[in-house]
Amino acid sequence: MVDRAIPRPISAAFVAQERLKTALAATIVTFLLTSLIVGIETVSSTGELTFNTRFKEVFIVSIAVFFASLAVSHMREGRTGPALFGGGGVAVLLLALLILQYVFPVLTSFLPFQAPIINWGSLIVPTCICVRAAQIAAAERARAEGRVTVTERISKVTQPVFPWLGLALIILALALPWLPIGDRTTSKKVIDICTIVLTYIMLGWGLNIVVGLAGLLDLGYVAFYAVGAYTYAMLSTYYGWSFWICLPLAGVMAATFGVLLGFPVLRLRGDYLAIVTLGFGEMIRIILINWKVVTGGPAGINKVPRASFFGLPMERDVPDGVVSFSQFFGIEYNPNHRVIFLYYLTLFAALVVNFFTMRIRKLPLGRAWEALREDETACRALGINPTNTKLTAFAVGAMFAGFAGSFFAARNQFIDPQSFVFLESAMILAIVVLGGLGSQIGIVLATAVLIGVPELFRELKDYRMLAFGVGMVLIMIWRPGGLMAHREPTIRLHGKGGAKATAKPATKPALEGTGAVAAAE
Amino acid sequence: MTAAVQTGNGRHGNGVAPLLQVEHLSMRFGGLVAVDDVSFAAPPAQITAIIGPNGAGKTTVFNCLTGFYKPSVGRLTLNAPHGSFLLEQIDGFRIAQRARVARTFQNIRLFAGMSTLENLIVAQHNKLMRASGFSVGGLFGIGGYHHAEQEAVELAHGWLQRTGLTAKADWLAGSLPYGDQRRLEIARAMCTDPVLLCLDEPAAGLNARESAELNQLLLAIRNEQKIGILLIEHDMSVVMEISDHIVVLDYGRKIADGTPKEIRSDVNVIKAYLGEAEDEPLPDAVAADLSHSA
Repeated sequence: MVDRAIPRPISAAFVAQERLKTALAATIVTFLLTSLIVGIETVSSTGELTFNTRFKEVFIVSIAVFFASLAVSHMREGRTGPALFGGGGVAVLLLALLILQYVFPVLTSFLPFQAPIINWGSLIVPTCICVRAAQIAAAERARAEGRVTVTERISKVTQPVFPWLGLALIILALALPWLPIGDRTTSKKVIDICTIVLTYIMLGWGLNIVVGLAGLLDLGYVAFYAVGAYTYAMLSTYYGWSFWICLPLAGVMAATFGVLLGFPVLRLRGDYLAIVTLGFGEMIRIILINWKVVTGGPAGINKVPRASFFGLPMERDVPDGVVSFSQFFGIEYNPNHRVIFLYYLTLFAALVVNFFTMRIRKLPLGRAWEALREDETACRALGINPTNTKLTAFAVGAMFAGFAGSFFAARNQFIDPQSFVFLESAMILAIVVLGGLGSQIGIVLATAVLIGVPELFRELKDYRMLAFGVGMVLIMIWRPGGLMAHREPTIRLHGKGGAKATAKPATKPALEGTGAVAAAE
Repeated sequence: MTAAVQTGNGRHGNGVAPLLQVEHLSMRFGGLVAVDDVSFAAPPAQITAIIGPNGAGKTTVFNCLTGFYKPSVGRLTLNAPHGSFLLEQIDGFRIAQRARVARTFQNIRLFAGMSTLENLIVAQHNKLMRASGFSVGGLFGIGGYHHAEQEAVELAHGWLQRTGLTAKADWLAGSLPYGDQRRLEIARAMCTDPVLLCLDEPAAGLNARESAELNQLLLAIRNEQKIGILLIEHDMSVVMEISDHIVVLDYGRKIADGTPKEIRSDVNVIKAYLGEAEDEPLPDAVAADLSHSA
């Protein structure tokens, strides 16, 4: 509002009025949304539907949004005081209440919300506002005194850490089963969740090739995951084939489906491609439901064999003549062995996918994928075959989904079409977008946030998805490029840190139209 | 294959076969005739400019030449040192890949999210793809990919130096200033090792000094690389100074063809650009009106 060209000088009253208008609008929107979502909740009690009202919460949230909006408007104009002290004050007050309630139970009634986790969660907003205000204030002062800003100093310190972050995460992942993470049962559960997270990381890395590198928006990625899972499940259950034969076959099968999907949609771009891939995903799911003879229909496939330790089954009871893993090594049978083995297997497969992606990015094919994402027309003009380039991206991405599907089937021992609904595709896509298109480590962080955290907060059930949505919106506002938006060039002329490298990383200025309009006539 | 094609107007028939021979090229979009029976020739190692008012069909000719459109009628022959090609029968990207015709675009089309150097490496895709064993060898570090990539970087470095972009090699292409982007697009086209370079308004949006530098660059490319250049341009300071030969289009037809000196004095060209002189006296009523209001 302020930077709009207004012929007369803007009066303070006008600015205050605008600020108030924004705050009121935000409050009204908040009020409407919250009263529908949390304010009135239908609850089915014995035999009838009743309403569960929470008007206190709605009221508190609306008031909070009003003042927060005012504070943020002030902050935008450079007056950080209200945001700094207001946000900080509320945060400190809330924190004090939250801690002291354990000492004085009377204070519980002063807390804004009912669920403890939401009370703790609500601490985030004022803290964020306060930190942001402090950051702006510090940057302002630094600029005035001609020093480097705090953010720049922080990024200077953290920048060299990032390459090591990956290595540190790998070491952590390798050491995980040996770390003291509770007793037998809990550690088994944690490792199991980590296997799920790794599967999703693998899926994210696979989809990253299609969406992040090649720029082909695929909303039906879960179809390839399903193809891989069913290929493994059917071959191993019906024919008794070993995991190690089925795994590559599942990859090949999924890649074949990737090419099959790729061919008809080669000409499509953007939204149209997204719609077709979405339809493809649904088609696969519906075929799985209806082709009962082969896929088992809605009942799915039961008793899918587990992955064997390179031929040695990891079960307690094995048929006569077969040596099990524990017998071979002469150790006591422990179900944890199996879980840990599958964990390492998934970790290894995920690392292979990562290695492949890192490597292919520096090869002509990977560069052609990225070029295709940037401008297909220019690619044609340079003699790059867009058909082959797109198909390889589809096939490679699908192959990794196929591998992930095999691991999924081997872990669950049971698969049905319900595991491959659109929500899964959306989740994997959310991982890629949230992590930052094209960023490997970003995808790991995003998976941890999107899959790991909800697993930990299972008791919140319905609020989980709400928080998920809010989180996504906030990320898109603050970091539209994803958590890790920085793209490191695949090749450098001057080496790292040479010249004035990467002047503007995440931002892509709109090129087209700017110059062509001004063409000299 | 088809080396001895008759030249359109005998002017270039001095023993050297033209690099590019366009014969009876027509391009229709439904009822609209964008290019109507245009024939011209572009000699090797010379700069041929195509000029004409907006909407004359210049870019359509380029799109036909570079495989973005399939011409409705016409024969496009390229007599390159590495063989002869009938461009109208080769589709899309293969014209750039096999016939080695490179082009730039009116509205710059760089890979904005990639670095300047990466843009030039992508341009050498086909060469590098073979060197990497179609990714299989490169993936496992087998074969001469590393060496090939270093050569590609050297070639790119050479073109960065010639276009004055060496210091900005690791910048995002999208963050370069406008003039640099124009030059980078030419450098990228040159990295494909073309025999014919088609430039669509390379001087658009450049200031006088940048236009002069562009002239030097294009002349250097012509003299040193000995490749043919086809140039669409509105900036007459560029066209008249560096072209060896000019083709003028208007409403999809060729209205003139000759050296810059000939074109400058061509009646049809002046008519197309400035409009016709009033030959007939105005109708009485109009004349009266005009004098009245004056």
